[in-house]
Amino acid sequence: MSAGTDKLAVTVTNIVPLNDLVTRFEFQRSDGGELPTFSGGAHTVVEMRDGDITRLNPYSLMSDPMDQSTYAISVRRDDAGRGGSLFMHNRVRVGDRMVISYPVNLFSLDLRARKHLMIAGGIGITPFIAQIKQLAATGGRFELHYAARSAALASYADELTAHHPNNVSIYHDDQAQAIDLVHLLDGQPLGTHLYVCGPKGMIDWVRAKAADLGWPREAVHYEEFLAPQSGKPFEVKLALSNKVIEVGEHQSLLEAIEAAGVDAPYLCRGGACGQCETDVIGYDGKFIHRDHWLDDEEKASGKKIMPCVSRFEGKTLVLDR
Amino acid sequence: MTIQFNDETFRDDYSFHNSDRAIQRFPFPFHEDSYMYSVNMERHKGGPEGSVYEMRFDVDEHYLAEMKDRAMVLAEDPLRCQSLPHMTLAGWDLLELIMVSKSEDYPDLFELHREGSNWRWINRPMGIDQSFVFMDEASLPYGPMEYITRQAQGDFCILDQRDDNLWMDAGMVTTQADWSLDFDIGMNFFEWHAPVPKAHEMGIFVRALKFLLNIQQGSPARRLNWTLTVNPLLDTSPENYHKWGVQKTTLTPENLGRKQHLRVELQTFFRLPRSNALVFPIRCYLIAFEDLVSVPKWGRRLHRVLRDIPDELATYKGFIDNRPMLVDYLSQYDDGAETSPGVWPD
Ligand code: HEM
Ligand code: FES
Repeated sequence: MSAGTDKLAVTVTNIVPLNDLVTRFEFQRSDGGELPTFSGGAHTVVEMRDGDITRLNPYSLMSDPMDQSTYAISVRRDDAGRGGSLFMHNRVRVGDRMVISYPVNLFSLDLRARKHLMIAGGIGITPFIAQIKQLAATGGRFELHYAARSAALASYADELTAHHPNNVSIYHDDQAQAIDLVHLLDGQPLGTHLYVCGPKGMIDWVRAKAADLGWPREAVHYEEFLAPQSGKPFEVKLALSNKVIEVGEHQSLLEAIEAAGVDAPYLCRGGACGQCETDVIGYDGKFIHRDHWLDDEEKASGKKIMPCVSRFEGKTLVLDR
Repeated sequence: MTIQFNDETFRDDYSFHNSDRAIQRFPFPFHEDSYMYSVNMERHKGGPEGSVYEMRFDVDEHYLAEMKDRAMVLAEDPLRCQSLPHMTLAGWDLLELIMVSKSEDYPDLFELHREGSNWRWINRPMGIDQSFVFMDEASLPYGPMEYITRQAQGDFCILDQRDDNLWMDAGMVTTQADWSLDFDIGMNFFEWHAPVPKAHEMGIFVRALKFLLNIQQGSPARRLNWTLTVNPLLDTSPENYHKWGVQKTTLTPENLGRKQHLRVELQTFFRLPRSNALVFPIRCYLIAFEDLVSVPKWGRRLHRVLRDIPDELATYKGFIDNRPMLVDYLSQYDDGAETSPGVWPD
C-alpha cells in the first residue's frame, strides 16, 4: 500500500551554468503537453541512467509553480558525492530525454501565516524561489534572508533583489556578514511562520534559536535532504522476496533493492519523509543511521532502517522486504 | 454516452429511483460475507467500463436531482458550505480539477475552454455557460469551491496538510451520513474521527493518516464506506435529525423492501497541486433493498453481513433497533449457497 508517485517523460530544453558550482536545468514534456502545476517548496525526483546504475536524486523545483510549460531545477556540483550531481553537470545535454517524478511537496507554505520568514543557505535557496513566485502571485507577505559563501556563489541573488528589493537581504560569508538571528526572530509580528533550508548546521542553529525564543513547533518549517553517502559494500538478505543482494560502495541500500527488481516505497530519498522505513528481521553488525526520521530510541533498537540514506557494516542483515 | 437524467426527489414524496443500469453498476461494498473496518484503500485509476470507478468524478442519472436537493439544503442552511480564509487557493485547485476532469471524461456534457486565465465553462445538463477569470473570485457568483461543488455530485471536504496532520478547513457537505461540517470545521484527522468505535484501537486511523499524507499529485486513491438509510434521503445531517431520525420507526416488514436503502459512499482522495491540500470527495449512492436483492449474490451476502456485524458498528451506523427486522427480511433471499469472492455480481 505504498502511495508512490507517477512519472513524467521530459526533454532537457536548456542548461544554464550560473557559477563555478551551480547549473540550472530546464525541462519540458517530451510529448509537448503541459506539466502539472505544483506548490512552492515541491521537489521532483530525477532519474539518471548512468550505464548499469540508475540514480534517483531529489531536486527542488524552482520555476514558477503556475508555469505549465517548463520546470527548472538547480544542481550544485558535489565533487566528493556519489556522482549524481556530476552526472547532471558532465553528461546531460540539451535535447536529452529524462524521466522525472510528479512534484512532491514536503516543504509547503503554511497558508494561514500572516507573514512568511525565509532563511536560506547556499543551494537551499531553490525551494524559496518557487515559493516567492507563488506568494508574489497571490499577494502573500514574505521576507527572505539568504546567506552564501561569496557574491559569486550566491545563485539568483541579483534576480531576487532586483524583483523584491524590500523583502530580500543577502549575506556573504567571505565578507563576514551574518544573519542576526536573535534580532530577526524577536521582531516578527504574531502569526509569522519561519522556514529554513540549507546546510545541516544552519538548520540546527535556526531551529534551536527559534525553540529558545519560544516559537511554536508548528510555525517552524525546515527541509534538509541528505544525499546518500558512499561506504563499504555490504550484503543484505531480503526475506520477503527471498533474495540476497550486494550494496555497492557508491550505491544506496534503496538503490540496491531497486536494482534487484524489488519494489520498495520512497518519496524524498533523503531521509526526511519516512516513506521508505523498513523493518529489520535480524542482524549481526552495526547500523550507520543517517536519516532524521527515526528517533534515537528507534535507531538504537536495531529494528528499523531507512534504506534511502542509511547503511550497515557487519556480517548479516535481514530485511522484511 | 448519453445519460437520461431522472426527474426525482430525495424528500417529501421520495420519488428517487434507480434504473436497471444504475442497479447493475451500484458500488456494492462487501467483498466477502462479513464486515469489519480496515484500511481499505486502493489507487483511483479508473475501473471497469461503465462502473462508478471508471471516471475521476462519476456523473449518473441522479445528477440534476442531486444538484437541486443541494441548492435547497444550502438555501435553508448556508453553513453547510464553509471555507476558512487560507483555503481559497485550494478552492481554485478543486474547481480546476473538476472542470478539467469532467470536460475530458464527459465531453458531450461539459466543455472547458482556456486562454491564459480567461476560462469558459459550459455545463450542458444544468444549462450553464460561464466565462470567468481563473483566480479572480469577483468573476464568479460564488467562491470557487462553492461554485463548482454546486455542480458536482457528492460532498467535498478540503483538508489542509500541516504539522503531519490533515485539518478540515473547507467543505461542501449536504449529503452526509450523520456528521456536521459546522461542528468538524478546523478539526484534525483524529479529532473528527473521535466518535467512530473500534477503529482507533485497531490502529486504523494512524495507518490511514500516514497513507493520506503521502498521496501525491497524479496518484489519487479511493475507498468505500457504507451505512443504512430509511427512505432515500441525501441529507441525513445531525442538524436535521429531528426530521429524519423518526422515519426509522416507520419501517414495517411490508414497506421495508421499498423504504430501507443501503447507502454507499465512494470516497476518493486527490492531492491538489497549487495549495498542496488534499480533497476528499464523498459520493453517496443509494439503493432500495428490493432492488439490491435482484442481484442474488448481493442479497445473500448482505443478509450475512448484517446478521453478523458487531453491535458497536450497528449502533454507530444507527440501525441496531431495526436489525432483527432487516435480517428477517433479507433471510428470504439467502438460500445458504456459497458466494463468490469480490463485489461483482456473478
Ligand atoms: C481525509 C479524509 C477523510 C475525512 C474528511 C473523513 C471524515 C470522516 C467523518 C466526518 C466521519 C464521521 C465521524 C462522525 O461520526 O462524526 C468519518 C467516519 C469514518 N471514517 Fe473517515 N474520513 C477520511 C478518511 C478516512 C480514511 C482514509 C479512513 C480509512 C480507514 C476512514 C475511516 C472511517 C471510518 C471507518 C468511519 C466510520 C464510518 C462508519 O462506520 O459509517 N476515514 N470519516
Ligand atoms: S525515502 Fe524519504 S526517508 Fe527514505
